[in-house]
Amino acid sequence: MSTEALTSSEYIKHHLQNLTYGKLPDGNWGLAHSAEEAKEMGFWAINLDTLGVSVVLGVVFLFLFRTAAKYANAGIPGGLQNFAEWIVEFIDTSVRGSFSGRNPLVAPLALTIFAWILLMNLMDLLPIDWIPQLAHMAGLPFFKVVPTTDPNTTFGMALSVFFLVVYYSIKMKGIGGFVGELTLQPFGKFGLPANIFLEGVNLIAKPVSLALRLFGNMYAGEMIFILIALMFGGGIGVGLFGGVLQWSWAVFHILIVILQAFIFMTLTIVYLDMAHQEHH
Amino acid sequence: MNINATLIGQSITFFVFVWFCMKYVWPPIMSALGERKKLIADGLAAGERGKHELELAEKRAKEDLQTAKAKAAEIVAQAEKRAGVMVEEARTNARAEGERLVAAAQAEIEREVNRAREQLRGQVGAVAVAGASRILKREIDAKAHNDVLNDVIAQI
Repeated sequence: MSTEALTSSEYIKHHLQNLTYGKLPDGNWGLAHSAEEAKEMGFWAINLDTLGVSVVLGVVFLFLFRTAAKYANAGIPGGLQNFAEWIVEFIDTSVRGSFSGRNPLVAPLALTIFAWILLMNLMDLLPIDWIPQLAHMAGLPFFKVVPTTDPNTTFGMALSVFFLVVYYSIKMKGIGGFVGELTLQPFGKFGLPANIFLEGVNLIAKPVSLALRLFGNMYAGEMIFILIALMFGGGIGVGLFGGVLQWSWAVFHILIVILQAFIFMTLTIVYLDMAHQEHH
Repeated sequence: MNINATLIGQSITFFVFVWFCMKYVWPPIMSALGERKKLIADGLAAGERGKHELELAEKRAKEDLQTAKAKAAEIVAQAEKRAGVMVEEARTNARAEGERLVAAAQAEIEREVNRAREQLRGQVGAVAVAGASRILKREIDAKAHNDVLNDVIAQI
């Protein structure tokens, strides 16, 4: 537990609160010191922890791969280059398997999504009190380490993908083709209201499911870590049992972490593939 | 847990990352991979070609060896034949020479015999004449009876 005075419910709430920067009730701009304050800031506030961690991780990913790319040649690859090439080849195979069109954006997009989400998800495997405790010492009221447990991240990425899907749908099929796909399927022009309803739901479901799937999985995983962490306050026996549980859940969670990154990437490729196809 | 401007921030960050990845990360790695693929394919093809050439060379060497062996055998056979012929020739020559020598010797002997006979004949004639003339000293006129004496000599 981060602070001995906290009750279990306070501890949980504390762990689920982002470090939010926005307009305080007194009119000044600053950090929110409670969940209520953060809520009252409304839309024009920023989760510094989510943004900070995700940017740092993204930069780490790009720095590593840029380094590998800079020294990439046809000779015998070194360790880093080997690793980068392994990932790149894996992504390339996935894209070739699912994406039938021709678009130089898709493969790098898939690589970025996979690597970035994977890194953000991996933050979940850090012992959950380490970084919040460090932040506490630094005087920050909250710190949520895993960016993908913040719906802002998952919806941000899912909406970006959705934007690309709509953009390429219109670019490939024209406005008419895109609207026609929404209104003239599957029942023909006489079933127009039903078509709009069905296809509209179909379209909207893409980003929503994409975002909520990732968010839900990571949020639930994080929640279980928090609940297990509560056991550490219950004496030696329960604490040791909690340690075993945490270890097992972490091992299992590695699977979820990779799987969710892979699913997000694959679905993005598939959605973009559908956007490029005339009939589906 | 609130939806706020972080959403926009994350979207912008996302697009910047994707752009960077598309511009500076993906193409060099992919081109390196492609180059290596080509390099490996070329190497494999070269290896295959080398193997094929080795096979051909081995086959050619075998053929050459067989030809050489056949030629050598032929040469040996020819030499043997020729040696046989030469030996035979030498033998024939030697035999002919021997026969010639023998024939010459015999002719010489015959000549010697004839000469001795002639000499003997003359001497016998002379002895006979001398003996007869000693016996018939007075009665026989050498001149008158020369014909008879010659006749006797011829008969010996």
